[in-house]
Amino acid sequence: MRKVFIKVALIVAIMAVVLPVALFATGTSEKGGTAAGAKYAIVFKNTGNPYGDKQMGGFKAGIEEQGFQAILQAPAQPTAEAQIQIIESLISQKVASICIVGNDFDALQPVLLKAKQAGIKVFSLDSAVNPASRLTHVNQADSAKIGSTLVEAAYDMTGGAGDIAILSATSQASNQNLWIDYMKKDLADPKYKYLNLVKIAYGDDLRDKSVSEAEALLQSYPNLKCIIAPTTVGIAAAGKVLTDKGLVGKVFLTGLGLPSEMATYIENGVCPYMFLWNPIDVGYLGAFTATALVKGTITGAVGDKFHAGRLGEYTITKAADGGTEILLGPPFKFDKTNIADWKTVY
Amino acid sequence: MIDRTIRINKSWSWRSFFFQWEWLLVLIFIAVNVVNTTLSPYYLNVDTFLQMPMTFLDKAFLVLPMTMVIILGNIDISVGSTVALSAVVMAVAYNAGLPMPLAVVLCLCVATVCGLINGLLMTRFKELSAVIVTLATMIIYRGIAYVILLDQASGKFPNWYSFLGWGSVGPVPLVVIVFAVCAVGFGLLLHKTSFGRRLYAMGNNATAARYSGVKNDSIIIVVSVLTGLMAGFTALFLTSRMGSTRPNVAQGYELDVIAMVVLGGVSTAGGKGRIAGPLLAIFIIGFLNYGLGLVNVQAQVLLIIVGLLLIVSVLILNVRFRGKHRSLAPTTVKSDTAGERPGGTVS
Amino acid sequence: MRRSSSFSESFREVGLLVFIVLLCVVFQLRNHNFLTISNIRDMLADTAILGILSVGMMMVILTRGIDLSIGSTIALSGMVSALTVIAFPHISPLLSLLEGMLVGLAAGALIGLLVARFNVLPIIATLGFMNIIRGVTYLVSKGEWVSAYQMSDGFKSLATGSFLGVGNLIIIAVVIFIAFYYFINHMRVGRQIYAVGSNPEAADISGIPRRRVIWLVYAIMGILAGLAGVLWVAKFASAQGDTATGYELSVIAAAVLGGVSISGGSGKVSGLILGTILLGILNNALPLIHISPFWQQAIQGFVILAAVLTNVVVKRNNQRIALRRRAI
Repeated sequence: MRKVFIKVALIVAIMAVVLPVALFATGTSEKGGTAAGAKYAIVFKNTGNPYGDKQMGGFKAGIEEQGFQAILQAPAQPTAEAQIQIIESLISQKVASICIVGNDFDALQPVLLKAKQAGIKVFSLDSAVNPASRLTHVNQADSAKIGSTLVEAAYDMTGGAGDIAILSATSQASNQNLWIDYMKKDLADPKYKYLNLVKIAYGDDLRDKSVSEAEALLQSYPNLKCIIAPTTVGIAAAGKVLTDKGLVGKVFLTGLGLPSEMATYIENGVCPYMFLWNPIDVGYLGAFTATALVKGTITGAVGDKFHAGRLGEYTITKAADGGTEILLGPPFKFDKTNIADWKTVY
Repeated sequence: MIDRTIRINKSWSWRSFFFQWEWLLVLIFIAVNVVNTTLSPYYLNVDTFLQMPMTFLDKAFLVLPMTMVIILGNIDISVGSTVALSAVVMAVAYNAGLPMPLAVVLCLCVATVCGLINGLLMTRFKELSAVIVTLATMIIYRGIAYVILLDQASGKFPNWYSFLGWGSVGPVPLVVIVFAVCAVGFGLLLHKTSFGRRLYAMGNNATAARYSGVKNDSIIIVVSVLTGLMAGFTALFLTSRMGSTRPNVAQGYELDVIAMVVLGGVSTAGGKGRIAGPLLAIFIIGFLNYGLGLVNVQAQVLLIIVGLLLIVSVLILNVRFRGKHRSLAPTTVKSDTAGERPGGTVS
Repeated sequence: MRRSSSFSESFREVGLLVFIVLLCVVFQLRNHNFLTISNIRDMLADTAILGILSVGMMMVILTRGIDLSIGSTIALSGMVSALTVIAFPHISPLLSLLEGMLVGLAAGALIGLLVARFNVLPIIATLGFMNIIRGVTYLVSKGEWVSAYQMSDGFKSLATGSFLGVGNLIIIAVVIFIAFYYFINHMRVGRQIYAVGSNPEAADISGIPRRRVIWLVYAIMGILAGLAGVLWVAKFASAQGDTATGYELSVIAAAVLGGVSISGGSGKVSGLILGTILLGILNNALPLIHISPFWQQAIQGFVILAAVLTNVVVKRNNQRIALRRRAI
């Protein structure tokens, strides 16, 4: 009997652990059934990413500003399969709209179509999904402009001539590949004919692999003058490698990076300047896009206009991938003059 | 082991029947459902129990042969890569002009061949453990997938193909039906055929099995081929659900599958376990993930919960078995694995 | 009775050594910058952390166990020590190291308790803890990263500093290897690890405190993982929640490549060093040899397979020669 008692006690213990933890993690508001207001969901790429947290935070602020309830979700693994499960769960919860930061351009199409059929307004943010899956896309900056800004930065830093290399994330990341394509197109321009792109390396957004790839670039190409890393992990890894090897002033670094991660390397001169945008604003814009879609103010077609809180008026434009998009604005430049202010923000 | 056998031969008692791992899993399954229902009003409906399994059943195909692999005392961490490679080959072949039904067959063939290669490597080079062989093939298969597809996605399958992953026959999703058939097939294979008995024999003591006339090599190859075939099934259903495929699909599947199998009571030491356990474990983990997802539990908390579930379940069973052998005093002979010891105690 | 034995017989993993030498030659031909001092130094520094972890993993595998949780332990200990540095910027780097090791010890001790005392299978215990510790890491960090500017120079110099011209990381790894070699070959507890893995029941009857040894092994693995965590975070000057996800597989690969038998009780330090070096060479050289990055993974897999097969073939050859020699 004692053993039966132990078993039952342990099962009760499981439930006693799971229930409070689950409740704690979500807050009791979920228990009330259909909530007071409609629910707007955002799904980011993965957890534990401060950039993503800021973006979702901006989204939440925007939604709550309008009096609705926000659901913030992100999978533990940055895979499409995990996002599919989350979206299924959101469909069951009958949310009003889903804002997806896609881990894969195409793989979410079937599940997002299912969401659409259930009456949920679907749009993407930051990392796009294919036009068939979405009503529109909130883009932080014009992709072509990102490419040309980075190439221009490399041109400026190297003095117009020299070997350059690109250190990217995974070979599968659609936004990375889009920017790289624009960079390559720009480099064909006669203005940049003395800039020589020697290699595109993939650090997979893994810290150790990015370091290995950066070191390999330096070993294989002794005349390397500039590394362009349009990914936050890659640029920080390259910054560390260049600092450790004492190559300040000899090899330059630019790209897209988090101000907090890059503060040290901007201040010590390894990276004269770099670009990004404010993820909080991106999320905030997404929040207003969501409510505008649900209210019917916009349908996602080119030319639709809507008001996005403190950010002002926005118009939907045509996107390069065949769908439509909403542009936040031009990329923001971080250098020695402003990095101290921004490094604590995100 | 010896302990258990003696108990079974004794008069059948309610207590010994219900003190089995699988019943504990049933209890946990019920507990999970109770918790989920309390947490969210969206949980308890027909949709949940019929439609929702679609999300995790594609992985579940791998649990069936993995049970056999672990009963053998081996392990296979290359299943995720096999899924990726076969999916990629299918997509590329279809887009190159091969008719879709043939592409599907090609997918299953590629997956089976991958499994076969694993089996051949393990039997020809017995010095190599299953871990290192499948580790190498895990990297190789996915590497080949990258070489084939580079950074592209491949898809644009015909419309009928999405029926595999999304369609239903009546109220029951196709995936559930196919999985049920496979589960029954594996269950029969494991428990009702001599092949199954030989499998257990090999898992318990490979040398004794060999000397009893069991053809160890053929068993390993058959199990590897089955693993490959099921990986092909997974590839089919996963690709259908996603509508496209890339070289990086199914990453991390191997650990999830192994977790489901060991939660199901199959010992990695080999020779123990039944098919019912992993089947229950699939649904436990699947429903737990879904139910907690409905109340938007953060992913990090979900990780902790699944981890705790795994450990607490094992602890419960071990509490029962721990029994008399408690002290750490070095002078007493203690044995918690075998039954009676010849020679008694030494003090 | 003394018996003269050829080099290849006494050095069990000579096949692996030959393979590594050949590999280096091939890589050097592809890129002349491979065997340069600066590249070798980079490679050793990058492999040092792997080496530290593989020592612990070898001990765990020797006892017929496995530890899948070390990636998460690295993340947790790194994150905790980084967060401490933010709160107390003037903390001595050695204290940070100690703190990381304590975090690792806590994790390892818990796992050891489950495996040794409660007879939980190592794969289950460590699989469960892998998830739990990773979840705790995310919660502790509240999703934030710790960046370079928040870390003190002393902390960062743990990894980047050098002593007498040799990098700190390399020194720490070498010291640990030497200590480990002495421990596993010349100290009683070390030899007991082999016994426990080889035949647990016999070890029990011989009076070896089996449970204590098993607990010790996981505790040591935990300490080493904690140490590696602090070094990792110092090396990359960044602490993330998803640090070292999946890294345990590389560590296991290094140990198994080096000839440590997964069924326990057998394995030599020399083999371990070779296995670690092979993996380190692959990680370092693949980006260097001017191949399409899409081929990198496939080539890595083929090289690993070729390495183990070569080792097996050489071993079989040795056994055949030895048998022949014993024929009357």
